[in-house]
Amino acid sequence: MKPRIYGEKQLKRRKRADLAERIMFVMLRLSSFTVIFFLVFMLAYIFKSGISAISWEFITEAPRDQMTAGGILPAIIGTLLLMAGSSVISVPAGIITAIYLTEYARSRRVVRVIRMGISNLAGVPSVVFGLFGLSLFVVFLDFGTSIAAGSLTLGILNLPVIIRATEEALATVPGSYREASLSLGATRWQTIYRIVLPAALPGILTGAMLSLGRAAGETAPVMFTAAVFYSPDLPSSVFDEIMTLPYHIYVLATAGTKIEATRHLQYGTAIILIMLVLLLNLSGIIIRFRFRRR
Amino acid sequence: MKIYKSAIFDKIIEKAFLAVGMTSIFVLLLIMLFLFREGLPLFGSVSLPDFLLGREWYPVSGHQRFGVLPLIAASVSVTLLASAIAVPFSLSIAVYLSELAGRRTREIIKPAIEIIASVPSVVIGFFGMVVVAPFLQSQFGIDTGLNLFNAAVMLAFMAIPTISSISEDAVSSVPVSLKEASYALGANRWQTIYRITLPAALSGIWTSIILGISRVIGETMVVLMVAGGATTMPTSLFSPVRPLTSNIAAEMAETGVGSVHYHALFAIGIILFIITFIFNMAADYLSDRYKFKER
Repeated sequence: MKPRIYGEKQLKRRKRADLAERIMFVMLRLSSFTVIFFLVFMLAYIFKSGISAISWEFITEAPRDQMTAGGILPAIIGTLLLMAGSSVISVPAGIITAIYLTEYARSRRVVRVIRMGISNLAGVPSVVFGLFGLSLFVVFLDFGTSIAAGSLTLGILNLPVIIRATEEALATVPGSYREASLSLGATRWQTIYRIVLPAALPGILTGAMLSLGRAAGETAPVMFTAAVFYSPDLPSSVFDEIMTLPYHIYVLATAGTKIEATRHLQYGTAIILIMLVLLLNLSGIIIRFRFRRR
Repeated sequence: MKIYKSAIFDKIIEKAFLAVGMTSIFVLLLIMLFLFREGLPLFGSVSLPDFLLGREWYPVSGHQRFGVLPLIAASVSVTLLASAIAVPFSLSIAVYLSELAGRRTREIIKPAIEIIASVPSVVIGFFGMVVVAPFLQSQFGIDTGLNLFNAAVMLAFMAIPTISSISEDAVSSVPVSLKEASYALGANRWQTIYRITLPAALSGIWTSIILGISRVIGETMVVLMVAGGATTMPTSLFSPVRPLTSNIAAEMAETGVGSVHYHALFAIGIILFIITFIFNMAADYLSDRYKFKER
């Protein structure tokens, strides 16, 4: 009988497999870097094309000459107001929901039902949130196109983001902390308030930052509920309509009569919006990073 | 006495938190209620088959037609194409990050992917409009760069963070013991990834793809700005089209509250809600099954 050795055929196969490995690894690397390259190219292109529009006047003045000149102050203010208004709703409700799910809930059924609600809410398309906000807040409750209607719509839209981030943050707090506190005679609320929440705070803040960034960038839910093409005055009440950065970009880029002439303003507004969102994300990342270091 | 009081307080907090915790469910039901309240009246003037299978969408002409088939076809084709582009890239990133990349590279690429997720959709739409569209137009010699293909590319870019991050979780949760067994049998790294790791992570990968697709279907601003906006059936890769979401966004401003057109746009909202609802339930069901149990 022939002895089985590692022969010619096996060697060939082995070589083929190793070649396939090398080719595939190069492909994986290439496609990963392609995606990153596209991102960098997009951001760099927008910055290069719009940097000339950025000036002190651009962020401190209102638009002039039918929005073909001047600044974008009303849009910046409007976006900031919507961010604040939406987080007034989403942050407390989101944190409380997450605390209930991770710290209090004992019935598996209740948890499952709430979780199902959250994940479906997270999947509802943003334009459907816009329809909902329009029919409930703007028309049915008669808020009109206003900061209030837009904030409520965005607040609901952001609820799942906050809930998930808070849940994750709460899950990283070791069970031993809770046990130690409870064994000292503290109630569950005392334990949560004094021990668990402080430990989970950085994670919760990161989630809040992310949701603020999302509120700043959303367009579709806001265009039916809060935003207008142009409003010369800054809002004086929560029932006033406003300009917002993303809607401003959209309007200038698609609806104006001077689309080409205002290109630099469009790029400039895009830069401001990107900077705002990146700043929020960056602070979220920094908070998380410092937390991990400890 | 004091202990007694704080125990009661604890109970009150629990009940109050439960009430707030129900907000999500309550809001979800409210959304359904208002979509149906505003959408169903359409079927007093247009029959359901005419609505779903009608090939003409003329909302403002004298003889109004509300057939959404071209819009559905647009949504489906844009979504399929976008997924076909996004899935290979996303899986490459997932495998690269969890199996190949060194710590340094990971710490650069992961945040970069998160940044993609945070770029506002209107910015991506804007880029597609002013940079990608003229490029496509001159490269392929077509009438307009605002078309199905352009929209699919931009949407794929947006879906990559969703798909890659969830499938990376799935891939890296595959137990090391499985891979070690594979190496011990003489398989090289790629054979192990392809034959062992990816199949073991498959239901997580499917979850990520379903969630990614669900996001693509619901995305509005990118298709509104980039897809071209023609309410005709797509005939080629470069046809201008108008998906469901962008149709709502484009026409809501010009319609009167309570008109037939208004109700028709809400009826489109119902379609979108139902589609994404089904996708999310499917993703939920799958993601419950993929977690490896500790042994």
